[in-house]
Amino acid sequence: MKAAVIVFPGSNCDSDCWHVLNDVMETKVQYVWHKETSLPDIDLVVLPGGFSYGDYLRTGAVARFSPVMNAVQKHAKSTKPVIGICNGFQILLETGLLPGAMLRNRSLRFVCKYVYLKTENNKTTFTNRLAKDEVLQIPIAHGEGNYFCDEKTLEELETGNQIVFRYASERGELGGRFNPNGSLGHIAGIVNKEGNVLGMMPHPERASEEVLSSDDGRKIWESILNSLK
Amino acid sequence: MFKAKVDVTLKKSVLDPQGQTVLQALHSLGFKGVEGLRVGKHFELMLNSGDMKKAEGDLKTMCDKLLINPIIEEYSFKLEEVK
Amino acid sequence: MTTTMQEPEINQKLIESHGITAEEYKKICEILDREPNFTELGIFSVMWSEHCSYKNSRPVLKLFPREGKNLLVKAGEENAGVVDIGDGLAICFKIESHNHPSAVEPFQGAATGVGGIIRDIFTMGARPILSMNSLRFGSLDKTQNKNYLCGVVGGIAHYGNCIGIPTVGGEIYFDESYEGNPLVNAFCLGIMRHEDLVKGSAKGVGNSVYYVGATTGRDGLGGAAFASRELTEESQEDRPAVQVGDPFMEKLLLEACLELAKSDAIVGMQDMGAAGLTCSTCETAARGNAGIEIDLARVPKRETGMVPYEIMLSESQERMLVIVKKGKEKVVKDIFEKWDLHSVKLGEVKDGNLMKVFENGKLVAEIPAKALTDEAPIYQREMKEPDYLKKVRNLDLKNIPEPHDYNQVLLKLLDTPTIASKAWIYEQYDHMVRTDTVFLPGHDAALVRIKGTKKGIAISTDCNGLYCYLDPYEGGKIAVAEAARNVACSGAKPLAITNCLNFGNPMNPDIFWQFRKAVDGISEACRAFETPVTGGNVSFYNESPKGAIYPTPTIGMVGILDDIKLRVPSFFQNVGDTIYLLGETFEELGGSQYLLLEHGLRQGIPPKLDLKKERALQDLILSCAKARLLNSAHDLSDGGLAVALSESLLGKINHPLGATVNLDFGKHLRRDSLLFGETQSRILVSLNPKKEHEFEAQAKRNGVPYFKIGQVTKGGLQIQSLINLSSEQIEKTYREAIPGRMN
Repeated sequence: MKAAVIVFPGSNCDSDCWHVLNDVMETKVQYVWHKETSLPDIDLVVLPGGFSYGDYLRTGAVARFSPVMNAVQKHAKSTKPVIGICNGFQILLETGLLPGAMLRNRSLRFVCKYVYLKTENNKTTFTNRLAKDEVLQIPIAHGEGNYFCDEKTLEELETGNQIVFRYASERGELGGRFNPNGSLGHIAGIVNKEGNVLGMMPHPERASEEVLSSDDGRKIWESILNSLK
Repeated sequence: MFKAKVDVTLKKSVLDPQGQTVLQALHSLGFKGVEGLRVGKHFELMLNSGDMKKAEGDLKTMCDKLLINPIIEEYSFKLEEVK
Repeated sequence: MTTTMQEPEINQKLIESHGITAEEYKKICEILDREPNFTELGIFSVMWSEHCSYKNSRPVLKLFPREGKNLLVKAGEENAGVVDIGDGLAICFKIESHNHPSAVEPFQGAATGVGGIIRDIFTMGARPILSMNSLRFGSLDKTQNKNYLCGVVGGIAHYGNCIGIPTVGGEIYFDESYEGNPLVNAFCLGIMRHEDLVKGSAKGVGNSVYYVGATTGRDGLGGAAFASRELTEESQEDRPAVQVGDPFMEKLLLEACLELAKSDAIVGMQDMGAAGLTCSTCETAARGNAGIEIDLARVPKRETGMVPYEIMLSESQERMLVIVKKGKEKVVKDIFEKWDLHSVKLGEVKDGNLMKVFENGKLVAEIPAKALTDEAPIYQREMKEPDYLKKVRNLDLKNIPEPHDYNQVLLKLLDTPTIASKAWIYEQYDHMVRTDTVFLPGHDAALVRIKGTKKGIAISTDCNGLYCYLDPYEGGKIAVAEAARNVACSGAKPLAITNCLNFGNPMNPDIFWQFRKAVDGISEACRAFETPVTGGNVSFYNESPKGAIYPTPTIGMVGILDDIKLRVPSFFQNVGDTIYLLGETFEELGGSQYLLLEHGLRQGIPPKLDLKKERALQDLILSCAKARLLNSAHDLSDGGLAVALSESLLGKINHPLGATVNLDFGKHLRRDSLLFGETQSRILVSLNPKKEHEFEAQAKRNGVPYFKIGQVTKGGLQIQSLINLSSEQIEKTYREAIPGRMN
């Protein structure tokens, strides 16, 4: 597999994504600067976390107009995989590659901690190595992860099995107290209708090695690799 | 030259916890009469445009494309010619 | 010499308002061989302020041990010290205060404090890889302190999270001593290859002087002079002296500067921090033994009508001064254009020793660079042992009744914000970005790995202000010992320290005595642990009309773990593990949290520290870690044994372990001193019962007393007949203490 990690001014998790792909999953990966107008020949596009453009105006609102995003949209339309993590997810929402929008966390505070995610759809490019309802321990770190969409969109997401991860308890139960930011339907990650674009607020690259507190995130990268075979 | 003042707020259907927090703070300061509060953004732009109609059209496009997120926000504006 | 039309006349009032004494003014006139103009007066006022010149503290700071075999850059030479860690790598770290700005504007004060220390690190060519902080506030029972906590934590989070540097730990104390004088000490550590080191020195006549980064405005005017005056009611009006930071801008600047450092285009780089353009210009010239000329008309400005005085003294954030090799200017321009940042040639390095400042070709200031730095005045302040000491050191334990209900006392200690869980704070910090954080906040020391090597770096920031109040010498020693002990508990060998010395008004002989004694204590401990002082910061004038803060010399200790696999967590890991207490316990309650909370007293003398015993204890922990004997190691400090045991149960949220413990080792001691006394040089360890024999043999070899006190269980903390609490209640009390008060 060949991957590209897009770097915007203010991206922080680009080197983390590069490391997990290059050193941990041992695949080919390169950085692509936001000013590029085309992508190299690659399979996976990664939009990493961070504070692109300082989160000014709205998170991801300015990054979506970066020259490289035209190429990313083309890549997505050709049904090749795109994963947007945290700020990357926010950029995908602003671009319209995924439906909905992000609001500020209900608590109005930034939250960084480990959470449990319930796998709602294990048949996607990103989750085929997971069991249905499998619970993963992956960390979040965001101030605007409160996912929102209108009723019609929510219904489409539910019936279309586009909700991939929800915040849950250790045992996979859903409920307000397991939801760290107030997101609608406890949604932590979704895919588009075609299933090739995933946006998730938690950071799987931070939980892919044993030396870090959890390596549950590895399975997501393994799923992507598996889907490209 | 035109001066535009744009006010942006979250749509009514969207929960505004910041607004609620500020409202509670006002109540605890003794301003019990405050019944509603929403927090928003304010933009001021100087537009070097040919005429009012064009300026208004451009402004609407700017709002729809970049300045607001139509999924969660709505806006109103005032536009006036200035020397 | 011409001056602009707007510059006011120099008169007595103006000189005084700039904090310059009559003698200092005389010296200025001697140096210049004439009277200074307004701009020059401003320049001297900031460079000779305590904050920039350390004029009151330098003679004492010279007492610190600053030599060490691993040091690549020593204290005082550059912005931060640099320590070799092997594999061709070096670490660069420092701690700095931003107390007064945080008192006036907590959010921006704390944010810009973080921004400033980060710049100090990347200006050396090191990539900042982690931040930490040491914070102190008055009691959380008061709204004002809740606001301070909210603002400061929010500011640190805002800046650190946005710039993508993890805030991995620190310490927070709450005590009425800090009422109105919050302390915000920000620490940063960076890593570099040896060859990436950039010094802040202007060398090479004809080399270009470049300004890079954000535009200049009127931020923080008089900020450095401001920090040197005490806070009064009027300080609130000084709000314009607070800087506003832009972490996004600094992220761009960081990336651009690191790219620049790796190119061979520059000879020096210096951040514009306190005293902005003035400080960076004269310091680089002084270090390079050269002259320097700049033209202020070229400075990118964000406000109109700025006069030379304002431009030179502005503390607008996120700006750097770069000394570029003649002919390599395009390299600089290209890098900064890529990151959409300003880069402007301001002038050149010159022969001689003068700093010449022009505006559009007109000379507006001309001062020998070293007069502003090396030749700043130095004062030997008076010191006198304070009278209060005799009174506070009185403590007769016979007058202290033992509690009836030890469970209640323990719960009270776990509920006190100084001891309780700090999750409310650190969950607002991104502590995981860069995927190097191996120990999450809550362990004794922060621990990060270094990718590409087997190594890890451990850091702890510590100081017990109450101990220092009761005995600044012992308190200073203990601060270093505790920081080293915390680092050792993770399995890492302590290497070197940075320190942030927070004190009251140095003109007061009592305060200066505290300062001197603390430095003596710190120095002695540093020599005993072979951890030199690599640099740091002094913050004086932490006083309000009510009085000075506790003397608070915060220590930032850095250690190295050769193999990250040999790390030792702070929490119990397995049911059935054996629990040992290392180190002897004495009947010492002076300065303890227990004495304060249960009996309302800030009395006594701090627990005695024997540096030899402490060293032996730390060496033991390190050799046990290497031999993989330990499952956990947690040092005893605030709240003593009972609190340390409680904390050890809480490694996994909602899944606390338990422990059954006996106190046979201290049958002859008062039970409250056994449970809550803060005797030094003690560590709680847990290990697999199969390793008991080897562990005890190792302890005997090192001459460290050890006591097998119990076992890790499934739940409940039982300490003989004195403590019997459910682990759930312990966890709930500990975790809810701060959130409960903040809602």
